[in-house]
Amino acid sequence: MGRNRYNKLIMSSSKHSHIALLSGDEALAQGAYEAGLSVAASYPGTPATEILEYLSRFSEVNTQWSVNEKVAFEVALAASIAGVRSLFSAKHVGFNVAMDPLMTSAYTGVGRGFVIVSGDDPGLHSSQNEQDNRWIARMAKLPLLEPASPAEAKEFAKKAFEISEQFDIPVMVRMTTRICHTKENVLLAERVEAPKKEFKINVPKYVMVPRNAYVRHIDLEKRMIALQKYSERTPLNKVELKNKNIGIITSGISYMYAKETYPEASFLKLGFSYPLPEKKIRDFCKKVKRVYVIEELDPILEHEIRALGVTIKAKDASFRVGELLPELIPLIVQGKKRPEEVSTTRKPVLCPGCPHRQTFWLLKKLKLTVNGDIGCYTLGALPPLGSLHTCLCMGSGVTFMEGFGKAGQKPAVGIIGDSTFVHSGITGLINAAYNKAKGLLIIVDNATTAMTGNQPHPATGVTITGEPTKKLVLEDICTVCGADHVDVVNPYSMKEFEALIKQRIAEDALSVIISRYPCRLIERTKAAMPVYVKEACKKCGICLTINCPSITRQEDGTIDINKNMCTGCNLCAEVCIPGAIRKS
Amino acid sequence: MRRSLYPGRDPEIMKKDTVVNILFCGTGGQGVLAASEICGWAALVEGYHVKKSEVHGMAQRGGSVESHVRFGKKVFSPLIAKGSVDYLVSFHKEEHIRMVGFLKPKGIDLIASFDASHTYLADKRFLNIFLLGALSRYLPLKIESWFAAINTVFADKNPEENKKMFLKGRESG
Repeated sequence: MGRNRYNKLIMSSSKHSHIALLSGDEALAQGAYEAGLSVAASYPGTPATEILEYLSRFSEVNTQWSVNEKVAFEVALAASIAGVRSLFSAKHVGFNVAMDPLMTSAYTGVGRGFVIVSGDDPGLHSSQNEQDNRWIARMAKLPLLEPASPAEAKEFAKKAFEISEQFDIPVMVRMTTRICHTKENVLLAERVEAPKKEFKINVPKYVMVPRNAYVRHIDLEKRMIALQKYSERTPLNKVELKNKNIGIITSGISYMYAKETYPEASFLKLGFSYPLPEKKIRDFCKKVKRVYVIEELDPILEHEIRALGVTIKAKDASFRVGELLPELIPLIVQGKKRPEEVSTTRKPVLCPGCPHRQTFWLLKKLKLTVNGDIGCYTLGALPPLGSLHTCLCMGSGVTFMEGFGKAGQKPAVGIIGDSTFVHSGITGLINAAYNKAKGLLIIVDNATTAMTGNQPHPATGVTITGEPTKKLVLEDICTVCGADHVDVVNPYSMKEFEALIKQRIAEDALSVIISRYPCRLIERTKAAMPVYVKEACKKCGICLTINCPSITRQEDGTIDINKNMCTGCNLCAEVCIPGAIRKS
Repeated sequence: MRRSLYPGRDPEIMKKDTVVNILFCGTGGQGVLAASEICGWAALVEGYHVKKSEVHGMAQRGGSVESHVRFGKKVFSPLIAKGSVDYLVSFHKEEHIRMVGFLKPKGIDLIASFDASHTYLADKRFLNIFLLGALSRYLPLKIESWFAAINTVFADKNPEENKKMFLKGRESG
């Protein structure tokens, strides 16, 4: 959906002096495009997905949804080494998947500029953890830029390519959900081509065997010293001297909240936040009476600035959890604790007619313990469906099934989506087969990466730009991985599906059932709606246990089926014991 | 900064250097994000600095959706601090209850327009346009800017129908 929409918005914006209302993701992508970006790779993940979606509209940029983040990182780094400007982007946890190549990339350095973008998710709006990827810059020894707004994201992306080439190092740009998904006026400019630099064979630089890597490590430490000096002089680290009684050192979105709250305070805004501009920080602290460090999540700036031997005030430890909000800034300054909040937000549910609902209804009916994975189907854990019992990371549906089985769980049942299976389930399935595991893996194949907004993947046979490509056939790959049985079912054929699950869990085998039906956001067809006979309704509420958004209870205890939302999947008719809801 | 063409609403927000804070709330699939997008564009077209913030991802699946729109000469925070909302535009009764505490003491609650939509609006798909019409009465933005914004965001789809529904909302309040 992304491509057409973006084209329309940009075209319209050209009527208004080339200003567009762009999100942080889009603005960063626009900046990279203007900087002559040639290759970009990623795997979808909120809040960073839209970076690649936006880039895919430009014919000058070769974009791809990679199989996973490790692959994406390697493809993009290699393109840089081979001589073109390239970009890797992922959500914060996607960086974990890419850590293997990432940790050595500062050693090899780059060819042309290589920019890596992390979309962190403070507040866990759509993630399994709240990790602070500013640590990764420190661990991997990468310079770190932190834009505070979409307009800055665009400028910083351009700057990042320059720094990458000047210091022969990948540059990390860290964004957060609140920047990725904030929209702001952004000025559009023309693209400036970055000509290809010929790749020159340089074995000591690009072949990371121990001896070469040792020498490259020495070189890296030299580059870090040079980067520290750069950090002192770059205008990305900006001092705004106003009232000298209060000084605030901050970075990223925290700057905006602090500036909004204390417009008259003095600020040291760290746009280039690693390595730190130590002298600039010391000088700033001398000029103002009291210095506060305001940062979201982990106390990274706080600890590093304290290590410089200067006196600062910082947030209470309770603020290490959760997203920062503008109204919390005064509490941080006053040294108070973060107030406890009870979430009252409406929880997401599976869409009306979603084929996952049938699957979870059956798993619940059969009272199975189920190892889950990451995607829309993780919603199967929420009551009243409540038939998914573990979920840790991408691919864990398969490996947890094996681990549970090895611990004696019978039957061991795992569930994973099609995109997630391709991302990191295949290795788990090979492992299960090789290590003689038994169990049932259900692949809920809705032919898309649904949760992040319907991106294609190898098993869809379509690329990011919508072109047809070689299609990975899931049943074939499951067979060659070593599954004893591979069946494909239509989840709406519930009797057949149920019988198959019962048969497979009774066998001493490693089985895969592919439950295949396209996501309802792709296939928006409607079948005949069920008929509700109010007089036959016993008001038992069993139809509500399938948690379909189109069914609501009325004040008198009967129900209403919203005819605009209903897709005619008939699961409610299936579960209605009194027979008040009937297939038409 | 432009002066209001619709005086007598809330003189406070029309002062120079102030930022207008609008909070849209509802649930996934109701068109909340399209509404805030249009509002943002309408302000952008008139030369204001705009920041609009919301969360994607899980929100698409019928969960709570809130979108903050702020515009003025210069906007720092993309989020409106609790208790600083000038205009609350609700698409859902329960979400309204959840967010009403974000209004500032003299803030304007457009829940009556949502209630009115049940009588005025046959097709729920136009709820966002209808509510924007109601909101437009209070904001210092020209009606042409709203139409330009609507046609930009909806890619010139149904321009006449949208215009009609917008005016219906504008007259309803």
